[in-house]
Amino acid sequence: MEHPVAVTQASLLWLIPALPLAGFAVNALLGVRLQKAFGKWIVHTVAIASVAASFAVALVFLSEMLGLDAGHRHLQETLWNLFTAGRLSVDLAFALDPLSMTLVLVITGIGSLIHLFSVGYMAEDPAYWRFFCYLNLFVFAMLLLVMGDNFAVMFFGWEGVGLASYLLIAFWYSDPEKAKAGMKAFVVNRIGDFGFLLGMLLLFWALGGAWAPRPGIRAVEYQPASELRPLDPAIGAADADALAPRVAGVKVGPTLSFRELRDELTVEETGVKERLLHTTLFGMPVLALSAILLFVGAMGKSAQLPLYVWLPDAMAGPTPVSALIHAATMVTAGVYMVARLSFLFALSPSAMGWVALVGALSAAFAASIGFFQYDIKKVLAYSTISQLGFMFVGVGVGSYWAGTYHLVTHAFFKATLFLAAGSVILGCHHEQDMRRMGGLAKHMPLTRYTYLVACIAIAGFPVANGFYSKDEILFRAFTSDHLALFGVPTPWLGPAIYALGIVTAVGTSFYMFRSYFMTFTGSYRGGAHPHEHNEDPHAATAAPHGPLSASVHASDGAAHAAEGEHGGPGASPHESPWTVTSVLVVLAAGSVLTLLLGLPALWTGSAPAFERWLEPVVAQVTFRQAGEGTEWLFQLLGVAAAAGGLAAAWALYRGGQSEVPARLKARFAAAWTVVYNKYYVDELYALAVVRPVVRLSALLFWVDAHLIDGLVNLVGALGRWASLLSDLIDRFFVDWAVNAVAWLFRAAGRSLRRVQTGHIQTYLYGALGGALVVVLLNFLIR
Amino acid sequence: MPMAVTLAHYLVVGALLFALGLVTVATRRNAVGVLMGVELILNGANVNFVAFQRYAGGGVGGYVFALFVIVLAAAEAAVGLAIVLALFQTSKSIDVRQADLLRE
Repeated sequence: MEHPVAVTQASLLWLIPALPLAGFAVNALLGVRLQKAFGKWIVHTVAIASVAASFAVALVFLSEMLGLDAGHRHLQETLWNLFTAGRLSVDLAFALDPLSMTLVLVITGIGSLIHLFSVGYMAEDPAYWRFFCYLNLFVFAMLLLVMGDNFAVMFFGWEGVGLASYLLIAFWYSDPEKAKAGMKAFVVNRIGDFGFLLGMLLLFWALGGAWAPRPGIRAVEYQPASELRPLDPAIGAADADALAPRVAGVKVGPTLSFRELRDELTVEETGVKERLLHTTLFGMPVLALSAILLFVGAMGKSAQLPLYVWLPDAMAGPTPVSALIHAATMVTAGVYMVARLSFLFALSPSAMGWVALVGALSAAFAASIGFFQYDIKKVLAYSTISQLGFMFVGVGVGSYWAGTYHLVTHAFFKATLFLAAGSVILGCHHEQDMRRMGGLAKHMPLTRYTYLVACIAIAGFPVANGFYSKDEILFRAFTSDHLALFGVPTPWLGPAIYALGIVTAVGTSFYMFRSYFMTFTGSYRGGAHPHEHNEDPHAATAAPHGPLSASVHASDGAAHAAEGEHGGPGASPHESPWTVTSVLVVLAAGSVLTLLLGLPALWTGSAPAFERWLEPVVAQVTFRQAGEGTEWLFQLLGVAAAAGGLAAAWALYRGGQSEVPARLKARFAAAWTVVYNKYYVDELYALAVVRPVVRLSALLFWVDAHLIDGLVNLVGALGRWASLLSDLIDRFFVDWAVNAVAWLFRAAGRSLRRVQTGHIQTYLYGALGGALVVVLLNFLIR
Repeated sequence: MPMAVTLAHYLVVGALLFALGLVTVATRRNAVGVLMGVELILNGANVNFVAFQRYAGGGVGGYVFALFVIVLAAAEAAVGLAIVLALFQTSKSIDVRQADLLRE
């Protein structure tokens, strides 16, 4: 990457995001009428067709991209200029390189399947059109995020997916808990987004801002600022381009474009890299600072410690939403962003160490919560946080392809898991509590097998894709000695993260198979009392929800549960319709087949296909050399971890007969309660953040109600008094004067009208008198 | 010896005619009487025109003017009598004191 990116101009890239936008527009504007006039089929036909068409267009561009040689795989299209300021020019531009191509395929491909799944899942919902309209809006925003060529377009998408996520979590908004969960997701995401914005602006500042040249970023002199004519209104994109000096064919100066930023940083002659490495802000290296701030955005969007709290509550949304947004695509936006900015993160060991550490801690923390959850969707939610943690370990230690590969494999197996869970929820008449399930294997064979395949994938057995990505991530974590924390080199951090990761892998395998065994083996417990299960003597005492933490257990679909063609809660479970099961089968097959992309070099002798695919896009980081034996050993350790977790789950939960879990729980009741209640993090937040904020707002309200309102009322009273006075003056002074003038004229008129007698002889006397006076005056004055 | 008739004599006659006409106009209640007063005033003026022409000399302007005034007086009498006739038709009276329609 010592040379500028070779750009291949492409046209019609905009079709990919525009098609879902069109679907959104049709359903948003006409959906309710179409649904009434033609039925629900037209709504989902529009929605699915738009995403599927987008997928087809993406496939066309994939084939075009595969036809190019690796160095030229950067398709770009500029639609129009968004704004220009000095040297900075920001366009509405789309770019497809191997990284964004991968994400686009995942979003549109898995997105289409999940749209199809929703047909069966949402069939009974009256607001059918609204659901598909939001879903299309989400796909549009996500494609904008992924395909945006610069920070600005990415940020539009970044906020857009947040909006869509909020709308879909609070889809059944008449339930206050769900509306609250939506708000929680939105607010927590806003905190992260603020970090993202700060990081972006800090980076922009460090690059020199729009006008002020900063000494240092130069191999040639900047033009003097006076020649920039910053206030010239006629300045356009071409002028901005002309003002920026070019070094070695690379535009040097402030930019929001990923490609230009990467060129500036990777082409040494520009001097931008040295400049950035040596710039500090309040004593902190600006590069690490902006990378970490950008990562704060990723922490919010991708639900990492400590901003993960919204994701479990986000399960209040319909299950397809959980699968698409909160497992397969949106939550991976942070991972994508770090991989997209790999050239930036790779320059700062501190940022890398920070990303990897947060990822590893989130992975372990969330997995431990997952152990004791009963809500099947909650288990998957914590599992998602945990797997996202693995992805951040991957992109954190610098194995960008492995992190992205885990993103892809996770998209498949977690979508399968969520949709299978959705199928189970549908089959069990909107029951989400695993204690009321069990024995579903014989009722829902297809769902069961697809869930099993996905469990095998996530646990990390080499027969499915999860093993290949997780193993590569953990191995790379172990062999990385270049990480640092806050500027201090920490060669031990990599192995420590590996240790945490492998323990988490055991836990992952355990809680996933626990959920599998609880759901599909043993005998069906639905309709019976939930407390008969072997693990639940203290359930009633163990769920004290904080006043501000949304509790959304077992409530998915409550709005339309137990009605229509479904029987009451006592009815037996049934397999889901074909739109549901066919999607499950396709996704499960994908969970297996995508392993081909990541077959390790150790087995095949050549680098994994996916690594070669991403190689031109991401920064290359050198790892400590490790022998083949070590690598084999680590693969064995990975399988052993998965097998260990499986064995534990098998022993404790298979068939739901074992008494051991209940005994263990009684023995460690205190620890169990703490973990079951998610370490009371929600309560802690309520205490430390939410309550002070509420107090502050109460104080501000008091100030508003008493001080501000008092002032306003005082001003109002003063105004009233002034107007009273003015009224008096008006009535008794101005009116009097006006009336006096009128009286005067009336009196004058009255007296003067006497003169007009109408008698011709009176007039004659007047004339004679006048003539006489004139004659007399004539004598007198002379 | 007989007294020579001078300009002053004519002017006195004219002034007398004028004064009598004025008094007639100012005091008569009968509208026809008022019109007759107007004739007296005009003729008082005519005496002056003719006397001045006779004594001041030079051209015939005064005589011509007197003729014009006579014609004018005829026209004025016609119009005046028409007004008196109209007045009588509306108010069954030709008393100018009664005719105060101009007041409003």
